[in-house]
This record gives sequence, C-alpha cells and structure tokens, in this order.
Amino acid sequence: MHELSIAHSLVELAVEAAENTGMKRVQALYLKLGVLSGVVKESLEFSFDVVIEGTPLEGARLVIEDVPVQVFCSDCQEAHILPEPFPMRCPVCGTRTGQVLEGRELELYALEGGEENAGDDIKSPDR
Amino acid sequence: MQEMTLNPRIVEIRQNILKKNDLLARELRKRFQEAGVYVVNLVSSPGAGKTTLLTEMLTRLGERHSVAALVGDLATENDAERLRESGAKVRQITTGTVCHLEANMIEKTLAEWDLASIDFLFIENVGNLVCPSSYDLGENQRVVLFSVTEGEDKPVKYPTIVNSADVAVITKIDLAEAVGFQRERFYEALNEVRPGIPIYEVSVRTEEGIDEWITRLEADKAAFKKSVDSL
Repeated sequence: MHELSIAHSLVELAVEAAENTGMKRVQALYLKLGVLSGVVKESLEFSFDVVIEGTPLEGARLVIEDVPVQVFCSDCQEAHILPEPFPMRCPVCGTRTGQVLEGRELELYALEGGEENAGDDIKSPDR
Repeated sequence: MQEMTLNPRIVEIRQNILKKNDLLARELRKRFQEAGVYVVNLVSSPGAGKTTLLTEMLTRLGERHSVAALVGDLATENDAERLRESGAKVRQITTGTVCHLEANMIEKTLAEWDLASIDFLFIENVGNLVCPSSYDLGENQRVVLFSVTEGEDKPVKYPTIVNSADVAVITKIDLAEAVGFQRERFYEALNEVRPGIPIYEVSVRTEEGIDEWITRLEADKAAFKKSVDSL
C-alpha cells in the first residue's frame, strides 16, 4: 500500500504546478494511470481524499483515466492494445511481446481550475 | 460587495507524479556511472531468500571485487548484521512504516561512502512484491526473486513487478522436488508477464547454480564498465 505516499507526491506536484501556472483554485486533477503502473486506483482515490485536507487542493476532484497496455508486435509490425494486461501476447497473432509502448503511466495530465477574482478578469492573460 | 466569479480553465501539466523520485534516481544513476559502480536492486516477497543469497553473492564477489550493500527493512538491523558476515560494507535502511525504498533513502544512506572505491552495490529492497515496482533507485538491473515454495502462479499474481524486472532468480531450488515445484509452469508464468526474461535457478545451501549466477553478474558489470569507458 504505497498509494498514500503517491497521493502525497501528487498533491505536492499539483500545488507546485498550480502556482506555476497562476491557478488560484484547483477544481479537478486529471490523471493518466497505466494498468502497469503498480498503483491501485481505488486506494489512490481514497488516499487523495485524506491527503488534500487542509491543502490548497481541498475540495478538488480527482479524475482518473485508465490507460490500457499497448504493445508493439514484431510479427505484425504494429502496435496493439491488450484487452487484459496479461498475458503479454499480441491480440491479433498471439506472438509474445514485451515491448510496452503505453500502460506504465502515472501522470498528472492536467489541472482544471480558475481564479476567484474580484473583477480583475481583464488582466488575466488567457481570457 | 464584489461578486466572486470563477473562470474555469484547463492547463496541461503532463508530469510524472513520482517526478521527484525519478529525477533523483536519474541523478544517482549518473553518479553511479561516473564512479563505475554497478548497481543491482533485489526485490521479492518476505522470506524468498534475498538476504541469504545476497550474503553468498557478497562473499563470492568480494573475493575479486569491492562490494557493498544497502538493505531495507521496516525495522531492525538484523539483515545488515547477517550481510556483514560476508565482510562487505553494509548499511541498513529502516523505513519505519514505508513498504519500499525510495531514491532519497539511497542518496542519504550513501552520503558518506566513496562510490569510486566500490565495484558492485547491491540494494536489498523491503520484502514486498507490489510497492517497490514504482520506485526507480538508479539501479542498472532489477532482479526479482521467487523461492520454489511460493507457487508457480506467483509471477502472474504480481505481474507489475515482474514486468519491471530485468532478471528472475528462483531460490531454494534444492527444495524443488520436495515441494513438487513445477518448473515448466513457473517459466510459463514468468514469460506471460515478462516475455524473454532471463531465469536463473539457485540454492545457497547446495551451491547449485551459484557459479552461473555470479558469472552473469560479473559479465553484466564488465559490459557496463566497457560502455562507461567508451563514453
């Protein structure tokens, strides 16, 4: 159960990223979670709710996109998505392949949020 | 009173959540490379025989090379004491409640060592087949150990760590017959989750397979040195 420490790292990274991009209030965090990342989604969601209390992210939503395993098959010379992470065989021709192209992601993909402002929209560069 | 409004926007971040660990691991890998240290990270369940095999590896390799080890456990110095019997430089990392080693623990523990004087550095991870898979420690090679008593489907039950490993070592092979170890099924399971993974079978008690395993490590280290020297 290392999801708690991963949730801590996530919050740290997100707070930093929000500051860097001038986002004052974060409403949602978008994650890409590979099925080979070694992280259990439910544990991470649970840990996240615990960890954000008292941080600038309090109240933010966690939106997790599961990323399936994509392998490269040397026989077909093509990339294929595996319906299940294992066995690691090409779903088309059945050849074993260990060339993982996607599915190990543990990535903070995007932040959604905004500026709680007092009428200073005009100064905001993106609006 | 001014009305509070919100202009929601989405900003792409695209950063690895374990960025800090990964950056530090990359830095460590560079330091290891500059110092010519070959680093091996050993992972397994508790009780697979990491400490026993590592003591043997340190003893054997210690005859011809300068060897050192870091060992992670939640508590106690017991494993470090066992490993020290080999005569190698050993430091214990006690993680408290943390179920895996992280790059910053390695960096901190190594601080006083002169890396240039070490040929092989072994990192014995906390006994756990789940969490250590996510943490790069700057190693050259990750070795996953299973003992013959663990059941042939274990690699399929813990696919993520097997998939992240470079080599698999089957320990306590002297007990294979006694426990009805089904070699083919085990090899099949390993190959389903990490096709083509090299597999070694060893027993510290009977010394079966140890020479072969040591030879492999020395060859890996030699190849590493050659690649570093050619830089």
